[in-house]
Amino acid sequence: MAEYSVLIGGKAGEGINTAGLSIAGLFSRLGYRTYMYFDYPSLIRGGHNFAIVRAADRAIGAHRTPVDVLLAFDQNSIENHRQKIHDGTTVVHDASQVVRGEGYGLPLDDIVKEENAPPITKNSAMLGALARVAGIGREVLEDVLRGSVPAKHLEANLRVAGRGYDAVEEVFTVKRGDAPAFPVLTGNEAAGLGLVHGGLGTYVAYPMTPSSSLLHFLANRAEDLSVKVIHPENEISVILMALGLAYAGEKTAVGTSGGGFCLMTEGLSLAGMSEIPVTIVMGQRPGPSTGLPTYTSQTELHFVLNAGQGEFPRLVVAPGDLEETYAWSAAALMLSWRYQVPAIVLTDKTLAEGAYSFDLGSITPPPDREPVLWDGAGEYRRYVRTEDGVSPLAFPGREGAIVKATSYAHDEAGFTTEKPVEARELQEKLLRKGESLKAELAAYPTVKTYGARDAGTTIVCWGSQKWVCIEAAEEFGARVVQPLVLSPFPTRQWKETMIGAGKVVCVENNATGQLGRLLRQQGFDPGRPILKYDGRPFAVDELTARLGEVFA
Amino acid sequence: MTPDRSPGHPAGGLISPAENTWCPGCGNFSIQHMMKSAVAELSEEEGIPLENFVLLGGIGCHGKLADYLNVNSLYAIHGRSVPAATGIRLANPDLKVICHVGDGDIYAEGLDHLIFAAKRNSDITVIVHDNRVYGLTTGQYTPTSPAGFRGRSTPGGITEHPLNPLGLMLAAGATYIARGYTKKIRHLKDLFKEAIMHRGFSFVDVLQICATYFNLTDYYNEHAYEIPAGEVDTGRFESALGKIREWDYDREAPIPLGTFYSVEKPVYEEKFQVLAADRSERRALVRKVVEEWR
Repeated sequence: MAEYSVLIGGKAGEGINTAGLSIAGLFSRLGYRTYMYFDYPSLIRGGHNFAIVRAADRAIGAHRTPVDVLLAFDQNSIENHRQKIHDGTTVVHDASQVVRGEGYGLPLDDIVKEENAPPITKNSAMLGALARVAGIGREVLEDVLRGSVPAKHLEANLRVAGRGYDAVEEVFTVKRGDAPAFPVLTGNEAAGLGLVHGGLGTYVAYPMTPSSSLLHFLANRAEDLSVKVIHPENEISVILMALGLAYAGEKTAVGTSGGGFCLMTEGLSLAGMSEIPVTIVMGQRPGPSTGLPTYTSQTELHFVLNAGQGEFPRLVVAPGDLEETYAWSAAALMLSWRYQVPAIVLTDKTLAEGAYSFDLGSITPPPDREPVLWDGAGEYRRYVRTEDGVSPLAFPGREGAIVKATSYAHDEAGFTTEKPVEARELQEKLLRKGESLKAELAAYPTVKTYGARDAGTTIVCWGSQKWVCIEAAEEFGARVVQPLVLSPFPTRQWKETMIGAGKVVCVENNATGQLGRLLRQQGFDPGRPILKYDGRPFAVDELTARLGEVFA
Repeated sequence: MTPDRSPGHPAGGLISPAENTWCPGCGNFSIQHMMKSAVAELSEEEGIPLENFVLLGGIGCHGKLADYLNVNSLYAIHGRSVPAATGIRLANPDLKVICHVGDGDIYAEGLDHLIFAAKRNSDITVIVHDNRVYGLTTGQYTPTSPAGFRGRSTPGGITEHPLNPLGLMLAAGATYIARGYTKKIRHLKDLFKEAIMHRGFSFVDVLQICATYFNLTDYYNEHAYEIPAGEVDTGRFESALGKIREWDYDREAPIPLGTFYSVEKPVYEEKFQVLAADRSERRALVRKVVEEWR
């Protein structure tokens, strides 16, 4: 496999994220699949931000520790990453900032001054230097800048990029790959587009890392995608507004992280009882409480499975890359409306803010599912009992229908009841919807596998850790099994998939093995846990070493 | 349960078959019947179809109104009906969205939502059933109980002073502010109609008798009066503020009833109205966004 890793680091506010995306764009333009891990502390200016961009001639979704090129805007960007530098690493640094530099030093302050360019164009100088070091032609570099820099800043960026290009030498040669030039998107962007594919009309959210960039993306593209985007006073308002919108017929999604989801739980329970559909994109980050706000974890699985008072069905899906995020965000929204249950798309910082080559054409879209609508015959009863538990919808404004939705236990018309028989029937109706949803999901790819069935060793994982597991598994000839749906749990598919699994390990970004716990609840052996809970995702080499301890 | 729309008794069919469980003498009956009449009359006079009215309730005695009227309703959760109301109005501009809330419900649990709905001039109507005590949880003080109030959670009497919700709403940016009283029902109905027809955020604090836990009938009868025409300039903030300050829900003073403030401001929901498309149109937009990605 041909592959390259580039690390770019500097202070917050210097545009490291954007620079990383430009590097990914450069490799994408050359026909490579890319993945970017972006690491930043919770501050606005200063500190140390870095992005690791990895490019390969096949699909990837994880980083490796050693890098081929290190682009350093400051001393920290070298010192903090000593373990990533090896004999073959080319270091390019800003000579105006780095005192103890190595490799190529670019006098970036002088360059931007001489070119009469704004400081942010220093990123273009680094991009230019990278292109030269990697033997990438000047025309490809300029092409990438033309595609990413707004017209009025383009000339300055091209001049500064040229200075960077000329200041270094070719060290190795990146050959053109075979892949088309895929766009590079984040998980949040794929989630937003997937929701729109599923019929999203309105997105409501309060800012919270790692989901804020989904709010920003949809707000920025609201007109292009014809969606309303609302930012209210807090997450309680977010979910209540969403339920109001959906009660009146508007397909609505919300986005948050653990702390915001805490505030949404009473609204979630209201959605469960009133049977008003809502889709929640829940981006995980490490807690408890504020925790590590800008880092990653898979710690909210049991929280989302159990959140909200009372017993009601919910759909919980955990996609592992952009294509799954797109497809399952669409499916979640449609199924939420089909079965009038809350749907949760569980992501994490690694997936939500990580960037990947996006191949829209490779996605098998989920089946189109429509809500069951009232046919207008007879008297409308919002909660009429049906075989599959789903009562036809009508929306206020519909002539001949009085639509009564409620948080109380209720009769078929929607009036409050405290009678034991009606209370029991209502509870059974709600649970029946969960069974119907589970039956429908039997036709979906709820459990995915990678590698040979008879491998004899199996790595179980979920969400963003999918790709690091796939790559690490190859070292051992192991098979990877990934549940996409976590509620209602795909019991039959899981059982069939795990026949002959052999030795099993369960890889998770948490301290207590949450998927393992869920599997045990379902009556399955989750195998041996391999856990990481320092706020960072596994690197391929790191996971390989951990697996080696178990498989050896 | 299709509403009876015969011209002679437009409001008759609006009472639902649900069993009414309010205490005898409860002020909620007045609010229920005046809202019923307001809806029926507006439907006739303004040609608003009955199916275009939506009522919301919080949790508390007031919320039962959602069950008792045969109108679209979202019987929501404690303190949270206001953001749901904004959501409904966002989804469908033709709907007349009326939030019935309690004083504990919205001034305690959900105050943030009330302030922000006023601030953004959301085109909804909020009717506060302000009995100044928690009824359904059996007699605790609320944000509008007077100093010294002895409730079941504060047997020694509260030392804090009440909010003046009208002053709060004026400061927050509400564009329609009124106060009614459950013993002046015709006046109350007129306020409801005015509030519902107001473009933007309309707010009516209704002094409601709680027959069981805090019966202020004599006190209100003695002090409440309808603001004479011309005594307040409802288009002027300072004039409204002066009148609002005449009584602070605490000390003994004349209690003005009527409209204090009514102005026009841009409506929050209107700027979102252009963004509508069906699913297949949106899918084409998704493909375009990905194709032109930069």
